[in-house]
Amino acid sequence: MSKRVTIDPITRIEGHLRIDVDVDGGRVKKAWSSGQMWRGVELILLGRDPRDAWAITQRICGVCTTVHAITSVRAVENALNMEVPLNAQYIRNLIILAHAVHDQIVHFYHLSALDWVDVTSALKADPDKAAALGESLSSWSLNNKHEMRKTHERLKHFVNGGQLGIFTNGYWGHPAMKLSPEVNLMAVAHYLQALEVQRKANKIVSILGAKTPHIQNVAVGGVANPIATDSQSVLTVERLMAIKGFIDELSDFVKNVYLIDVAAVGAFYADWTAIGKGVTNYLAVPDIPMDTKGTQFAMPGGFIEGGNLSSYKPIKTFGDEYFTKGVEESVKHSWYDYSKGGALHPYKGETKPNYTDFKDDAKYSWLKSPTFYGKVAQVGPLARVLNMLAAGHEPTKKYATAALDTVSALAKTKVGLDAMHSTIGRHAARAVTAAVQVDMLAGQWSALVENIGKGDTKTFNAPKFPKDEVMGVGFHEAPRGALSHWVVIDNGKIKNYQCVVPSTWNACPRNEKDEPGPYEASLLNTPIADAEKPLEVLRTIHSFDPCIACAIHLTDKESNTAISVRAV
Amino acid sequence: MRAVVLGVGNIILSDEAAGVRAVEELQAAWSLPESVLAIDGGTSGMEMIEDLSDLDFLIVLDVVKTGAPPGTLVKIAGDEIPVFFRHKLSPHQIALPDVLASLELLDAMPKEIVVLGVEFSSLELGLEMTPAIARMVPRLADLAAEELLTRGYGLMPVRKVA
Repeated sequence: MSKRVTIDPITRIEGHLRIDVDVDGGRVKKAWSSGQMWRGVELILLGRDPRDAWAITQRICGVCTTVHAITSVRAVENALNMEVPLNAQYIRNLIILAHAVHDQIVHFYHLSALDWVDVTSALKADPDKAAALGESLSSWSLNNKHEMRKTHERLKHFVNGGQLGIFTNGYWGHPAMKLSPEVNLMAVAHYLQALEVQRKANKIVSILGAKTPHIQNVAVGGVANPIATDSQSVLTVERLMAIKGFIDELSDFVKNVYLIDVAAVGAFYADWTAIGKGVTNYLAVPDIPMDTKGTQFAMPGGFIEGGNLSSYKPIKTFGDEYFTKGVEESVKHSWYDYSKGGALHPYKGETKPNYTDFKDDAKYSWLKSPTFYGKVAQVGPLARVLNMLAAGHEPTKKYATAALDTVSALAKTKVGLDAMHSTIGRHAARAVTAAVQVDMLAGQWSALVENIGKGDTKTFNAPKFPKDEVMGVGFHEAPRGALSHWVVIDNGKIKNYQCVVPSTWNACPRNEKDEPGPYEASLLNTPIADAEKPLEVLRTIHSFDPCIACAIHLTDKESNTAISVRAV
Repeated sequence: MRAVVLGVGNIILSDEAAGVRAVEELQAAWSLPESVLAIDGGTSGMEMIEDLSDLDFLIVLDVVKTGAPPGTLVKIAGDEIPVFFRHKLSPHQIALPDVLASLELLDAMPKEIVVLGVEFSSLELGLEMTPAIARMVPRLADLAAEELLTRGYGLMPVRKVA
């Protein structure tokens, strides 16, 4: 007899996601992923000036502001067949990379580590032993006794004061929690340190973006950062040096703390390297353009089928037809109607809502279901790392090997690349990406400084809009995976706009052929110790880092509030 | 003495923009001293930790849902603050409670927090607020200014050129 478990909403994510699973014999037999908000940002953009689209699309979501801004200008630039000055590419790349590293640190420590780390168990730890463990794992200066004792005291203070705050909703004492008190304490110490470190990444974005959380410096055709080495109000040597300082601090944390912690979680939860595999078609787009046209990239991307790295086919340039011709979206199981049957290409995309209630075998989500050449595809850090490995990307190879070696040493058994196709693998891939990206940050910084040194201060090419209809796609390998914006422009005004976002690829409902999406497929056969506390489901879903606010949009829900407020 | 006036909300959901627009109004109508920072927080989260650390005073401007008629202005302060965030009276915010909880862990919580809210009418997709709410935006900004003035922050009204 199977038991239906509904988790609504999934917590510690941005947006509103519902997951349903049928559990039988202690394992998940069927799963449904349902976006509970509908998105209509596309409708707002119709008829507007394409040069304004980036500022509006970056308001779709609280987490991914910069990624939509970047992708939007790339779409319009692609439609106009524009080149972007080298300085503008480098400045955008620095913003992209700093944002990505920020996002990955926050995701692991603040949004998903609590699925693996038992905060209350950390209270039982011996701080000195935790310090000894930390010091044996890496050269990070804050693994010392003083820091571990301080963390222990602070945690005691919180728990005794009854203010668990952010830690309130954890599954403390759950049978699936396996870390020793000392490892838990070390993780809590790093959780707090990560709160400090993430600020550094954000400072890079705010110096270059002129403002956070919503950057102001992007423009169709380049960036609005005047460069002058001797003026206070623009990008100066002083500001560039400050950025370099932040990059170095981030690099230390990512390589000596984040990468090690992920490897430790992987080693102590080795069973989770065999759980959560799901869809093994992996799609990633290339990013970090190194030329004005977008034909050379520091991060390669492409498509891998069936988990077989030798099937890798690269996406080579901005606007590469291999990518643009492959994407379609189905609404067979989504709360929309198309004017005719079958899946639609984003240029022809339609956004007509048709809410039917949750129907297991029919429509049950506000998310559409995208495919690549008719195939369901996983996007995100794992897809990115596997595609980069398939492309022979040396930095990725270096950090992936280092991570797997640390896991192997801690687990005292050889752990290979196969282990990556899993829930833990997605976390590991995210950390590997972060390590690759902090090095790239330093690389882009040097490239920018060197180019300015040559006397090039150009940051903007003015766009020209033709009278006739043009269309373009912008893509970006965002932290959660391949993001694309598709724009049709007629006489300088937006005629159609569609965003195909990473969480749509991963959290989508069943497609035209009724195949489950990546979230749904990854949950099949997951062991569930206690159907009342489905921590295991959360672990796998969180490993994708759901961010649903842009995949769908806000629904109005009456909140039953007990508090009284007074009018003023 | 350091204060932040934070406008939160999603400007593409009609009345949800009220907090952000009120911050813009505050900046337009008042000349703020260096000790007061006005922030358009949008719907963001952890990026705000830096600016919200170790404040003496935080004012959050937002739309609220309390069941009162649209346009009603609401002040929430003191003991009601934790309850306010726990109940997510603010319709969109997952992020801000997390930011405050993180500040608590970092021992960097603002010494005092006041939420000034306006009851919304529509959260439909759109860049324009409904007229009833748009009318209240300057009032919301003035309330924020009064809170600051009461606590000794030196705001100066900007003389409007007709």
